[in-house]
Amino acid sequence: MTDMPARLALRGITKRFPGVLANDNVSFEVKPGEIHALLGENGAGKSTLVKMIYGIMQPDAGEIFWNGERVTVANPKAARKLGVGMVFQHFSLFEAMTVLENIALGMDSKIPARELESKIRDVMDQYGLKLDPQRIVADLSVGERQRIEIVRALLLNPSLLIMDEPTSVLTPQEVDQLFVVLRQLAKEGCSILYISHKLHEIKALCETATILRGGRLVDTCDPRVETSRSMAEKMIGGNLKTIQKPAGRAFGAEKLVVKRLSMAGSGHFGIPLRDISLSVRAGEIFGIAGVAGNGQNALLLALSGEEPVSDAAAITIDGQPVGDLNAKRRRLKGLASVPEERNGHAAVPDFTLSDNAVLTARDRLGLAVRGLIRPGAAKKYAGDVISTFAVKATGSEAAAGSLSGGNLQKYIMGREILQKPTVLVVSQPTWGVDAGAAAAIHQAIVDLAATGSAVVVISQDLDELLGLCDTLAVINEGRLSKSMKVSEADIDEIGLLMGGIHGETEAAHAA
Amino acid sequence: MQLRLEKRSQPSQLLRVVTPIAAVLLTMVLGAIVFTLLGYDGVGAVREIFISPLVNSYKWQDLAVKAAPLIIIAVGLAISYRANVWNIGAEGQYIIGAVVGTGVGLATNSMTGWWIMPLMMLAGAAGGAAYAAVPAFLRVRFRVNEILTTLMLTYVSVYVLNYLVFGPWKSPTSMGQPQTVMFSADQSLPYIIPGTIVQLNAPIAIVVALVAWLVFSRFVFGFQIRVVGAAPHAARYGGFSADRTVWLALLISGGLAGFAGVLEAMGPFGRLVPQFPTNYGFTAIIVAFLGRLHPIGVILAGLIVALSFVGGEMAQISIKLPFAAVGIFQAMMLFLLLASDLLVRYRLRVVRPGEVPA
Repeated sequence: MTDMPARLALRGITKRFPGVLANDNVSFEVKPGEIHALLGENGAGKSTLVKMIYGIMQPDAGEIFWNGERVTVANPKAARKLGVGMVFQHFSLFEAMTVLENIALGMDSKIPARELESKIRDVMDQYGLKLDPQRIVADLSVGERQRIEIVRALLLNPSLLIMDEPTSVLTPQEVDQLFVVLRQLAKEGCSILYISHKLHEIKALCETATILRGGRLVDTCDPRVETSRSMAEKMIGGNLKTIQKPAGRAFGAEKLVVKRLSMAGSGHFGIPLRDISLSVRAGEIFGIAGVAGNGQNALLLALSGEEPVSDAAAITIDGQPVGDLNAKRRRLKGLASVPEERNGHAAVPDFTLSDNAVLTARDRLGLAVRGLIRPGAAKKYAGDVISTFAVKATGSEAAAGSLSGGNLQKYIMGREILQKPTVLVVSQPTWGVDAGAAAAIHQAIVDLAATGSAVVVISQDLDELLGLCDTLAVINEGRLSKSMKVSEADIDEIGLLMGGIHGETEAAHAA
Repeated sequence: MQLRLEKRSQPSQLLRVVTPIAAVLLTMVLGAIVFTLLGYDGVGAVREIFISPLVNSYKWQDLAVKAAPLIIIAVGLAISYRANVWNIGAEGQYIIGAVVGTGVGLATNSMTGWWIMPLMMLAGAAGGAAYAAVPAFLRVRFRVNEILTTLMLTYVSVYVLNYLVFGPWKSPTSMGQPQTVMFSADQSLPYIIPGTIVQLNAPIAIVVALVAWLVFSRFVFGFQIRVVGAAPHAARYGGFSADRTVWLALLISGGLAGFAGVLEAMGPFGRLVPQFPTNYGFTAIIVAFLGRLHPIGVILAGLIVALSFVGGEMAQISIKLPFAAVGIFQAMMLFLLLASDLLVRYRLRVVRPGEVPA
C-alpha cells in the first residue's frame, strides 16, 4: 500500500490572474481512498486549483501527476476520461427537464435512455441515494438536485471525486446523508477532494487537510487531531477574534414589527412571501435561517422598501406604518438595510466611496441639502467609515469596485451602522468575506444592537446565526417559522424546518 | 505568442480622455487611405475637412453655427444615455420643437415685444418634451422599448412638418413655395458678433452645457441619473424610482432637442421650410458619445463634428468630394471611438506560451 503512487499529485502549481497570484507554487498529494480536505478562506485559491485539476483552466507553471504519471488535463472531458469527477457548488441543471434527461445531457457518450436509467438506479441503490429519475428538476429540493450531480459524477466510476463546497446549500440532515455516501465511496477506493471552509465538517469527515492562504499552501495536517480553532488560525494566518457579547442582555421595546406580510414573487422563479410575521425588540439580533432560494431575497426587498407593499401596516417601525414607503422614506424613519449582493446593489462599483456614501446616507446625514450634494460632507463621512471600520482603501475617492469583497462589505456595513439606524436588516453579511473581516462585521452588528437598535440578519450560514443571534426563525418556501430563542434552539428541529416539506418526506423515506 | 485582454481593476481615467482624441486621429488616417483607394485625393480630403476650416479664420463663424444645435441636443442625449435611456429620436423632437415654436411665432408674427422670443423658445422646448413624453409613457406603462418608439416618431415628425409648410402654414406671399412667413425682428435671434453670422444660440449652447455639468456633478438629480444608468438595483436600494428617471431623461433630452430646433428656426433658417431637417438630431448621437456623455466633452465633440461639416462643404467645392463623405468620416469616428472604449476597461497584453506572466 505504501508503494502505491498517489492518486493525484500536484507539483509547484502556479496560476496568475491580473493583479493576483491565485496559486503560488502549490504542491500536495491525494492518496487512493483518502478523503482530503482543501481548506481556505474565500479567495485563498481553492476553486482555481480544482479548476486546473478538472481541466477548466491550465496552470501557468507546475505539473499534475495522475497515479504517478505526468498528465496534461486539456479540458473537463479529458479529466473525466482520467477518472476525475466533480460536483460544483452551482449546479448546471435544466429546471424544466427530468432527472434522467438532465443526466443524459451531461454524458460524454450517448447511452440509450433505458440502459441509462437502469445504471442510474444501480448507482443509487449502491449508495442509498434516493431520487426518482422521472421527476422534474424544478420540483426538487436543493439537496435532491445535488444528488443528481453526484449520481452524474458516479456514473463514470471516478477514482477521484471533487466536491466544491457541497454543504453550503444543505440542511444538517442532508449533510449527514451526504457524509455517509462519501465515506462509502472512500472505503471502495475512490479518493475525495473536499473543498470547504466549515471546520467541524472537515474534522468529522476528512483524514488530511491541505490549508491554503492567499494562494500559498500553508500547512498539511490531520484535522482529526487539530482543533477547529487551530485550523481557523492557520487559514486566516492570525488570531481568531471571538465575538464580544455582553452577558445578560435585556431587550427593550418592539422596534420592528412585521404582521402577515405577503408579496407576489417577482420574475419567473421568484418566491412569493406568505404571511410573514416577526417582531424584533431594541437590542435584539433576530436571525432568519434557510436554504438559499426560499424567499430570502424577496424578504430583504420587502423589508428594505425596495419592493413596497400596499398594506402600510404590514411593517411598522417604532409603531409607525411604513409598508407602503420606498427605501428612501424608510431610511428617514430609521430603517437601514444591506442586501446580499455588494457590487451593483449595495454599492455602485464604478462610483467613488464618497459617492457611494451619498447613495444611502444623503438624507439622514445631510450629505445633500435641497437637492444639492455637499461633496465635502460626503467625503468626510466616507473617511469616517473607512477609519472607524478599518477599511483598506486608498481613500474616499477610491472606486468601490477596486476594494476586495471583505473591505467593501465592511465599508457598506459601516456606512449603514454609522447612520445609527433604529432597525438594521442585513442579508448574508459575511458572504464571500474573509474571516478577519467577518469577525469585524459580526462585532459591529453586536455593538449596534448594544446601543439599542433592532437587527435582522438573513443568512444561509446556520453557524453564523447561532453564534450571532438572540432569536431565530427559519424561512422555507416563502413562509417564516415561529421564532425561537437561540439558547434553547434544537439543531435537529431547525434542520427539519429548513428542509420544509422536502425534509419531512425524506425523513419518512428513511424510516 | 498570443494576445490577451485583461480586465483592469479600475477603468483607466487617462484612456477615457485619450481614446476620443485617438479615435479622431485614427479617423483621419483611415479616411485618407479609404478615399485614396476610391480614387480621390485622400490626404487632401482629410486636410480640407479637418484642417482648412481651422486655419481659415472666416470659417470659424460657420463652426459656431453648426456646433450650437449639435451641442444643445447632445447635452440632452448625454443625460438620457447616462441613465441608460436610449433616446435616438432627437431628430423628431428637434423638428417638433421647431414646429411648435413656429406655431407661436405665426400667432405673434404681427406683434412686437421682448416677450415673444422667450415664449417661442419655451414653446419649442415644451414641444420637444411633449413629443418625447409619448415614448416615456409607453416605456413606463407598457415596457415598450424606447429605441424603437423614439426612432419611429422621427418619421412621423417629418410628415407633420411637411403637412404644415405645404398646407395650412404656407406663406401667402411665397409664390407657391412651401414655406412659412419670415419671422419678424422680434422673433429672430440677434447676431452677437457684428459682421458675422454668429447668433445668440452659440452662447446659449455653452450655457446649457455648463448648467448640465453643474447638475451632473453637484445635484442629487444628476446623481440619480448616474446611479440608475450604472446600477439599477443600487438605484432602487438608494430610493430612486427607475420609472421617474425614464420620464425625466426623456423629457429633458426631448426638451433640449426641441429647444435646439426652435433656435435653429429662429436663427439660421428664419422660417420653417421642408429642408429644415438636417439630421442634427442623429449627428448629435455621435457628438454625445464622442464627448464621453460629459457636458464639457460634448462642447469639444460638437466643435469637432461641426468641423467635419464645414470642412466637408469646402472639400465638396475644392476637390469634388461628395458630401456623403462627411457621413463616412463621422461614422468612422463613432465606430473607432466605441471600439477603442474596450481599452478603457481592458488592457492588451502579449503572452508567450509557457511563460509565467510577471
